[in-house]
Amino acid sequence: MTDNVNGMGGMGAPAAVAAVANVANAAEAPLLEIRDLHVRLPGRRGEPLHALRGIDLSIARGESLALIGESGCGKTLTALAVMGLLPDGAQVAGRIAFDGRELLTLDEDAWCALRGRRIAMVFQEPLTALNPLQRVLAQVAEPILIHRLLPDRTAARERAMALLARVGLDGRQARAYPHQLSGGQRQRALIAMALAAEPELLIADEPTTALDARLRVQVLDLLRELVAERAMGLLLISHDLALTARRVDRLAILYTGGVVEQGDARELFEHPRHAYTQALWAARPRLGAGRDQPLHPFEGGVR
Amino acid sequence: MTPLLQVQGLSQRYAGQSVLRDIDFALAPGESLGVIGESGAGKSTLARLLMALERPHQGRVLWDGVDVNAMPARRRRALRPLVQMVFQDPYSSLDPRWRVGRSVMEPLLALSMNEAARRERMSEVLVAVGLEPDAAWRFPHQFSGGQRQRLAIARALSTRPRLIVADEPVSALDVLVQAQILALLRDLQRREGISLVVVSHDLPAIEILCDRALVLRGGEAVEHGPAARVLREPQHPYTQDLLAALA
Repeated sequence: MTDNVNGMGGMGAPAAVAAVANVANAAEAPLLEIRDLHVRLPGRRGEPLHALRGIDLSIARGESLALIGESGCGKTLTALAVMGLLPDGAQVAGRIAFDGRELLTLDEDAWCALRGRRIAMVFQEPLTALNPLQRVLAQVAEPILIHRLLPDRTAARERAMALLARVGLDGRQARAYPHQLSGGQRQRALIAMALAAEPELLIADEPTTALDARLRVQVLDLLRELVAERAMGLLLISHDLALTARRVDRLAILYTGGVVEQGDARELFEHPRHAYTQALWAARPRLGAGRDQPLHPFEGGVR
Repeated sequence: MTPLLQVQGLSQRYAGQSVLRDIDFALAPGESLGVIGESGAGKSTLARLLMALERPHQGRVLWDGVDVNAMPARRRRALRPLVQMVFQDPYSSLDPRWRVGRSVMEPLLALSMNEAARRERMSEVLVAVGLEPDAAWRFPHQFSGGQRQRLAIARALSTRPRLIVADEPVSALDVLVQAQILALLRDLQRREGISLVVVSHDLPAIEILCDRALVLRGGEAVEHGPAARVLREPQHPYTQDLLAALA
C-alpha cells in the first residue's frame, strides 16, 4: 500500500519489535513508527465504524511529515491515537512505537509522563486550546512546572519568556491574556507552550487553518525552523497539499482511513502517482490560472 | 446605467478608533468585486456596511442609486431581499434546531409569497446548489461543511437577489470542497447574472469570481482595479508583498 518507508528493513514481526523496546535497537529505531494501525469507533447503530484501516507511517528525529487529506479521512484520529487521546469506546489494533517503545499498551500514568513532555500537540483552534483566564506566560511555563523540568517558578518563567521570544512574541504579549492577542499571535503562543517541555515529537493538527494566508506561511516556516533547530520530529496534519508540500520532508496522503501514497515531499508533489493525490492537486483553485480555470467538482469518498 | 451598488467616502469608527477610511467604488449590475486584505484590514466591517447591518461614521452606501441609511425603514426592508449575504462559517450561520428547509425559506417571509410558493422556491434553490429537495427535512449537523455552505448559498439565493456579499465563503473549507463551492458560485454568477462582493484573503477565489479587486490595508484602500491586473501586476508595494508571500 505504501511506497516509501525509510530504513525500516530490520523491523519485522510484532514480537521482534516488542523486544526493541529495550536499549539495543533504540538508537536506530525511528522516533515514531506506526504499523498497520486500525481504529474502530462505536457507530450510531451498534456496528463499529472502521475509521483507520491499516495506517503505516514513520518519522525520524529531525524529520517532518505532513499527513494530508479531507475532513473525515482520519487525520486527527491518527494524531489522537499517537497522543493516547482516542475517544471512549475506540478499539485499536496495530502498533505505535515511540522511540522504540510500544505506546498502545501503556497505562495512564506512563501516558501522562510522555504526553506534553516527550510528545506535544498544537491544536487547530488556539482560542479554545488556551485558558482564557490565565496570562500566556503562565500557560507556557505550566508544562515546565508540571513535568518538574526546572527547579522553580522563576526559572520556568524565564524559559517560557525565551520560548515566546523565539516564536516572535514580546514581553507585553507574553503578559497578555489570550483574548488580547491576534489569531496568529495565539497560534504562536500555543506553539511555544507545546515546545516548553522540549518534546521530541511535535504533532500540529491544522495549525494554520484559522489564519490568514500570509500567517499560514509564517507559522509553517516557524515550525520548519524549530524542527531543524531542535532535531524534533514533526507530524503536521493538513488538508492543504500545496501549502505544506514545500515545507516538510515527507508527505503521506490519507483517504478514507488509509494511506494511499507516501514519500519524499518534493517527489510526491511533482509526480503524484495515486489518482486521489492527482485529483487533490488538480482540484486546487490556482492563482494565475484565470477566471475560467477548471474547478474539478471532484467528489471525495468522505461523507 | 445606475450602479447596483455604490460606496462614497465610506468611513467607520468603533470606540473612537478608525477601522475604515474613505472607501469609494461602484459596481454595475452583474459585475463582481473582490475585497482583499488580511485580518484587521476592515474587510468584514465593509461587508456589514454594504449590507446596511450597521451605520457608517461617514459616507454613503447606495443600493440602486439610493442611500440605504437615508431611506425610510420600510423602503429598506422592501429592498433587502435584493441584497443577501453568505458568511464564512457555515456551522454557525444555520440554526442548529431548525430543519434546514426552514432556514432556507426564512428570507422569503419578507416577501408576499404563500406557503406553497415558498416551498416551491426552496426546492428550486436546493436543486440549484446541487442538493436534493429532500435535504430540507434534515438538520444542519447532518450535513458536511461543504453541504452547509451550499445551504447558506441556497438561502441567499431564495429571494432572487441581485447582489450577494460573501464574507470568506471558502476559507473554512477543505481544498476540494473549496473548489466545489467556487465552481457553484461562478456558475450562479454566469447563469443568474448575480453580482458578488467577495471579501477574502484567498486570492485564487478572488481571481475566479471577480471582475475587479480592491485591496484594503489598515482600513484604507491601497489599490483598486481589474482583478486580473491587480493579481498579476500589482502596483502597490503592499499588494506586491501580499502576493509574494503566497508564492
